[in-house]
Amino acid sequence: MKQAILLLALSSGLAAGAESAGSLAIRDARIVPVSGPVIAKGNVVIRNGLIEAVGANVTIPADAWILNGEGLTVYPGLIDGLSSWGIPEQTPTAAPASRTSRAAPPQTQPATGAAPAEPRGPTNSWVRAADLIRTNDRRAEAARNAGFTTAVTFPSGGIFAGQGAVINLAGEKPGQMVVASPVAQLLALSWGAAGEFPGSLMGAFAHIRQVLLDAGHYHRLQERYSRNPVGMKRPEYDRALEAVLETRRLLLPASRPVEVERAVKLCGEFREFDCIFYGGQEGYRAAEALRAAGRPVLVNLRWPERSRDSDPDREETLRQLELQERAPSSPAALAKAGVKFGFYSGGMERPRDLHRAAKRAIDAGLAPEAALRAFTLSIAEIYGVADRLGSIDKGKIANLVVTSGDIFQDKTQVKYVIIDGAKYEPAPETSEEASR
Amino acid sequence: MKSWLLVISTAAALTAAETVVIRNARVLPITKPEFRGSILIRDGKIAEAGEKIAEPPGARIIDAAGQYVMPGIIDAHSHIATESTNEMTLSVTSMVDIRDVINPEHVSIYRALAGGVTTANILHGSANSVGGQCAIIKMRWGKGLQGILFEGAKPGLKFALGENPKRAGASPELRGTAATPRYPATRMGVEDVIRQAFTEARQYKKEWEEYRARIARGADAPPPRRDLRLEPLVEVLEGKRMAHVHAYRADEMLMMLRLAEEFGFRVRTMEHGLEGYKIAREIAAHGAGITTFSDWWAYKLEAYDAIPFNAAAMLRQGVLVSLNSDDVVTQLCAHLNLEAAKTVKYGGLTENEALALITINPAKQLEIDHRVGSIEAGKDADLVIYDKHPLSSYARVQKVLIDGQVYFDRDRDATERAEREARKKQLLEKQREQPKKQAPARRPS
Repeated sequence: MKQAILLLALSSGLAAGAESAGSLAIRDARIVPVSGPVIAKGNVVIRNGLIEAVGANVTIPADAWILNGEGLTVYPGLIDGLSSWGIPEQTPTAAPASRTSRAAPPQTQPATGAAPAEPRGPTNSWVRAADLIRTNDRRAEAARNAGFTTAVTFPSGGIFAGQGAVINLAGEKPGQMVVASPVAQLLALSWGAAGEFPGSLMGAFAHIRQVLLDAGHYHRLQERYSRNPVGMKRPEYDRALEAVLETRRLLLPASRPVEVERAVKLCGEFREFDCIFYGGQEGYRAAEALRAAGRPVLVNLRWPERSRDSDPDREETLRQLELQERAPSSPAALAKAGVKFGFYSGGMERPRDLHRAAKRAIDAGLAPEAALRAFTLSIAEIYGVADRLGSIDKGKIANLVVTSGDIFQDKTQVKYVIIDGAKYEPAPETSEEASR
Repeated sequence: MKSWLLVISTAAALTAAETVVIRNARVLPITKPEFRGSILIRDGKIAEAGEKIAEPPGARIIDAAGQYVMPGIIDAHSHIATESTNEMTLSVTSMVDIRDVINPEHVSIYRALAGGVTTANILHGSANSVGGQCAIIKMRWGKGLQGILFEGAKPGLKFALGENPKRAGASPELRGTAATPRYPATRMGVEDVIRQAFTEARQYKKEWEEYRARIARGADAPPPRRDLRLEPLVEVLEGKRMAHVHAYRADEMLMMLRLAEEFGFRVRTMEHGLEGYKIAREIAAHGAGITTFSDWWAYKLEAYDAIPFNAAAMLRQGVLVSLNSDDVVTQLCAHLNLEAAKTVKYGGLTENEALALITINPAKQLEIDHRVGSIEAGKDADLVIYDKHPLSSYARVQKVLIDGQVYFDRDRDATERAEREARKKQLLEKQREQPKKQAPARRPS
């Protein structure tokens, strides 16, 4: 009977094969809550998409669908800390946005009325990931199959690339997927089309400074005007600056020690903004600088390696070799220095490779618990959503991954993924590989 | 071991508090006559230099018997150690700051050290009439970004005249990669762009002064918008930032001097200035310096009317002259001492005058002569030890000290090379051993 209903539910159009039930209980499983000690054998009860109870002696409600967890391990759903999952590739967001801004550069000088001397250029600060996500990104399904329930996903393109959102990697409508938005503004030290300012790394820095200064100026004028508009010329509305002010959390790239120094200096000039550094691959020699900076770090798990297409006769420099050898020891170095860090996919194509990359960090000295935290609770804390995500705790969103064993072991299978309380069974790994 | 990091750690291990004596040296103080004797270094500064000085117990001794010690070379015009040189896109890019792209781990710093250079002015390129902000660095290899900046030195701003800035407005085959031509396309246009920029800066300055006056009167007023492009130009007008002007031809240099006088500031240095010998008196009257090459010219039309006597001729007419490398273009900073030597042959400068072109003169031009540029008590212990007289083409740099610390040592360099080679071999072998399948597939994303 129950099976018949299940089949009906499956065939009635849930594309990814989700099973949504009023109440679901995982029984007799090993539970790794991340926020507290491991529960050797216990139950997790889920209702209305939330974790209703967790513990060794939790009663299972009579109406619950029961999932036998014997021999299985339950982890909080993994999170990709800086991602584009959920936004199908080739989304034509950045390009038209920047064309628009080129055609009509936003006014930034309400005080004097004169147009800014340099064009606003590659600024897409108002683009929101939450507005771009789709339910049909195939990468989201692959990520789910690897135990990822959530991603902090960002638009791409431009120096101010836009505002990120914490999204769950399943849902029938894009709106259902959004957990929090906007959570941060992504900055890239890139530059625009040929001939357009900025056209160099130092230009990119100048551009960021001017936009952030303009945002502060805009904020002061708007405040002044809202206090007393009488006799004051109305400040012009500026969507780019509105957006910069909306998310006062900036993501800045920093990997090499000099990049850390530059980022620290820039953040120090704009104390009204919070900074998160991303990259972090040279943490093995920048850990002390990062600790002193006191900013959280998102570590790119796509470890540097010799390009497969490189000239076989070309010998890499000692610096490159040293980086390839030691980058995976960065998380361990950060942990030792007491830096808060999370992991991100860095555009890796197969989500399973993230586990392998994390395993390399573990092999290089990172405690497995710290690796798990860097995939879950730390990311939630960095983005200010630890009250709803990142650990198996009562009242949090029911995002879980149930595995056959230690999640970082290559042979471990992901048995179930639960997102917002709905259960997904990954297709067998072989078919995932075959479909590629 | 992590041998290339070793360079960093060994340099860092020598503390500034160390007392060092360089003894038995032939000392070339530049500002005083040559002598045989010792230099006492305490807390990174030259405490004493003379024929007979008491060696404090516990001091680290560097025996320089048969060797020459002179002040560290100062390169007044360089582009080393950066990750970008030009912001090409606009004619006025005073908002960009070279400090944002200095890479303290760039190998060019170590190479400059090996050439005896201890300080350099790092400039924005010459692609635009008003270029970016410049910074003075010391070659403190291994000390990070904050460590490499010359603390307390006055910042600069780059300007450029002539062919380079006007090329952007030229026909496609001349302007290269830039998609669309931008103003200016002529020398007249270059002058106009600079005049326009300073006119705007003057207006901007006035706007802020009025705002501050209103606030001082107790009136309530919204602050003007801060403009990172105009702020450095205001600093030039106020004398808080040095103007470094890339120029070749006499006519355009005179134009710039007149323009500066019109706006009430002084050009600190003319960069290159190959035709400076034609207008030396005018340059001296304005109070500008010139930093030039000894005998490098004819690489473009505006660099044809040059003579090897340029530096000497200008010096004799009262211009503050220095010789620079313009690296990384030329790699001259490996042997600026030999560039200086050429002025003895061409122009008959004394040996000391020749060496002043790469030490005390650039220090004066960069307004850091109270700190560096000569061997005098109280100055930074930035010193180069040569095995032969530095004007000899056989001379090789043996040791370089900055703030009393040894940052380059020819013997240590040889050892470290071997260590680095060994480490590299080890890593390459490891890479070869790695099973091929471990590397995840990489496809363009």
